[in-house]
Amino acid sequence: MTEPLLKVRGLKIGATAYPPGEKPVAIKIVHGVDFDLEAGKVLGLIGESGAGKSTIGLAAMAYGRGGVEITGGEVWVNGRDILKENLRSLRRLRGAEVTYVSQSAAASFNPAKKIMEQVTEAAIFQNKFSKAEAEARAVELFAKLGLPDPENIGNRYPHQVSGGQLQRCMTALALCPEPDLVVFDEPTTALDVTTQIDVLAAIKEAIAATGVAALYITHDLAVVAQVSDHIMVLQQGDMVEYGTVDQIINNPKEDYTKALVSVRSINHEEKTPTDTPVLRVENVTARYKGTNFDVLKNINVDIHSGQTLAIVGESGSGKSTLARVITGLLPPSDGQITFDGRVLSPDLATRPIEDLREMQMIYQMADTAMNPRQTVGTIIGRPLEFYFGLKGKAKQKRIQELLDEIELGDGFQDRYPAELSGGQKQRVCIARALAAKPKLIICDEVTSALDPLVADGILKLLLNLQKIEDVAYLFITHDLATVRAIADSIAVMYQGKVVRYGPKSQVLAPPFDDYTDLLLSSVPEMKIGWLEETIEHRRMESAGN
Amino acid sequence: MKNIPISAMIGLFFTGIYFLMAIFAPWIAPYGMAEIVGDVWEPSSSEFLLGTDSIGRDLLSRMIYGGQTTIFIATAATILSFTLGSIMGFFAAVSGGWVDQVLSRFVDLIMSIPSLIFALVVLSVMPTTVPILIILMGLLDSTRVYRLARAVAVDITVMDYVEAARLRGEKIGWIIFRETLPNALSPLVAEMGLRFIFAVLFVSTLSFLGLGVQPPQADWGGIVKENKEGINYGIQAALYPAYAIATLCISINLVADWILNRTTSLKGGRG
Repeated sequence: MTEPLLKVRGLKIGATAYPPGEKPVAIKIVHGVDFDLEAGKVLGLIGESGAGKSTIGLAAMAYGRGGVEITGGEVWVNGRDILKENLRSLRRLRGAEVTYVSQSAAASFNPAKKIMEQVTEAAIFQNKFSKAEAEARAVELFAKLGLPDPENIGNRYPHQVSGGQLQRCMTALALCPEPDLVVFDEPTTALDVTTQIDVLAAIKEAIAATGVAALYITHDLAVVAQVSDHIMVLQQGDMVEYGTVDQIINNPKEDYTKALVSVRSINHEEKTPTDTPVLRVENVTARYKGTNFDVLKNINVDIHSGQTLAIVGESGSGKSTLARVITGLLPPSDGQITFDGRVLSPDLATRPIEDLREMQMIYQMADTAMNPRQTVGTIIGRPLEFYFGLKGKAKQKRIQELLDEIELGDGFQDRYPAELSGGQKQRVCIARALAAKPKLIICDEVTSALDPLVADGILKLLLNLQKIEDVAYLFITHDLATVRAIADSIAVMYQGKVVRYGPKSQVLAPPFDDYTDLLLSSVPEMKIGWLEETIEHRRMESAGN
Repeated sequence: MKNIPISAMIGLFFTGIYFLMAIFAPWIAPYGMAEIVGDVWEPSSSEFLLGTDSIGRDLLSRMIYGGQTTIFIATAATILSFTLGSIMGFFAAVSGGWVDQVLSRFVDLIMSIPSLIFALVVLSVMPTTVPILIILMGLLDSTRVYRLARAVAVDITVMDYVEAARLRGEKIGWIIFRETLPNALSPLVAEMGLRFIFAVLFVSTLSFLGLGVQPPQADWGGIVKENKEGINYGIQAALYPAYAIATLCISINLVADWILNRTTSLKGGRG
């Protein structure tokens, strides 16, 4: 048997944490992981945040980021244990034998240098190619990655290409020095779904064409199923399961893997609309101060009491702006909003307190939505005190009831947000919204920042609370799996317009308009070969036109 | 109190000594403040620990009473500048729009005039009494505090929790004191240590120039002024206030550092 390209044995990684005002604490990130990767194969590393995926990926270059230290084990690349090498020989390794693609291309490119210069830098520095050869190779890679105008795109600056294109340029950068191994660290996570599919296809083709091996790190099992040969599931620094893609997706053995595979399998019965909507948005047009561009164009949607309207669209489609208009943070330039039969004042400052109470909001980032200097008790207690004048024992009792309702229980009242996990934080935000006894809660991407399993828990909680409290949700998201799970009706937004609107069953059923079709077909499915099918399908369609 | 770092201990010790001396000056000082007890510039002896000053007053007593005056003025001015500066800064940041513009440009205007010149001009027409000194220094320093408080608060007011408070219908008082202030405390505490020291230096400078604390009342700047001729004859009297200011400076900032460290913790300081 031939020696694998990358052989990892008993890899242990640790770090030192520095809590402010306290003594430094040593923490373990990865406790002893073994795996092999053969030349030309792709291994998917999957797990939730904190599982140690990226840390393992960087260890393949013998690198520990920001205070992270490789404390034990062996990492063999091309038959050498690179953990034993000194910095000088590691410089020959990094950028020549092993290269890296990071999550945010926008943050990784130097904005002051042209793309070509940065893409060819490593190859020239490592004496792999002359400048002319490297540039010819870069152009070839640009073409392979499906970038427009491959001859000239290298002359642009990073801000002159789109996010998806820049991510592909980064892939070209990693492939340019003809490495043996590329580490892809969540290369499509920051992209919109419609862009993600193109980048994914481009990466997959480039890997196949160059015969390079790859570590593909992601938290999205459906994505990794499209590009990998093998998958390794990680949880809190330990390997949970390792197997071929087919085995992991179709026949997972461990409970944790099973949970990951079956995530978003919530079944939600669609409710029929009532006669009088709780919120009616009519002909709303809005623009930001000092601009001459309408971010929202003539929006009409209804939300029915006790039901969920999902607003779906890419970033920049105006979803969050619609929430700002409804809450009164951005008065619309035209149109009106009716809430519970009364016309709402366009500006927040002039709305009566009852209107404010009955409409609550939950944010994407629970971290910034809670004052870090207030305890959970204060955070949830304030609306009780503010709207209902509850004090002392009565307030305490109600806070505890709310904590029970969000399934947190005892012992949380005196904690600070910094002492909660991501999912717990979001639950506290939900409790704060519920405390006001609202008729409508606006949920702005509430699950986007959470790991899939945690997000699942939050969605189930929201559905449950809807049944108990009969509250309506305006659910803003870019994630169609979430929409399928919880919506009663859906509005698809594109460039400030609602392009498709109606009950869920109708919106998600053909015939589709072009944009909805593109959006729906771009969501990765947990099915092997989905990527090829979709790309092939699109090719045939465009050939037919 | 067990895990106070050694640097903070040192800081607390010296700061404590200075403040205690200031508070209990009449009981500690061996002689009266303006009492002439010996010859001019007597060297240190068991009778006069630091010697005597330019007209034969006990220097140790002058230093203790001078510390009282200087520390009192500096403390009062710092409290005034912080209260005023931070509340106005937060108010500007939370209100935004033209309120912010008017306040900020006014502060720019005041800051464009060097504060020492400004103070000298005001003091040359106003009576130089301690309350006037405190108000003048407090007002001048509050412009610096305003700048810092506004800059910090602008970053805080864009956070979602402040938006959530606005959406809840909270009044500006809650947003300033409950949402913004606790999160702006760390940089303000750090600044407070510095500003206090600047206040000490400022009042000493004014006294040295003859427009601060008026004789026969003692203060550290005044002691330097009264004894500066002595330096020509190798007499140390003018240097003691300098030592005092330096040690106070350092110890106050050691304490400020420690408080800063404690307030940065987001777990309510309970680890």
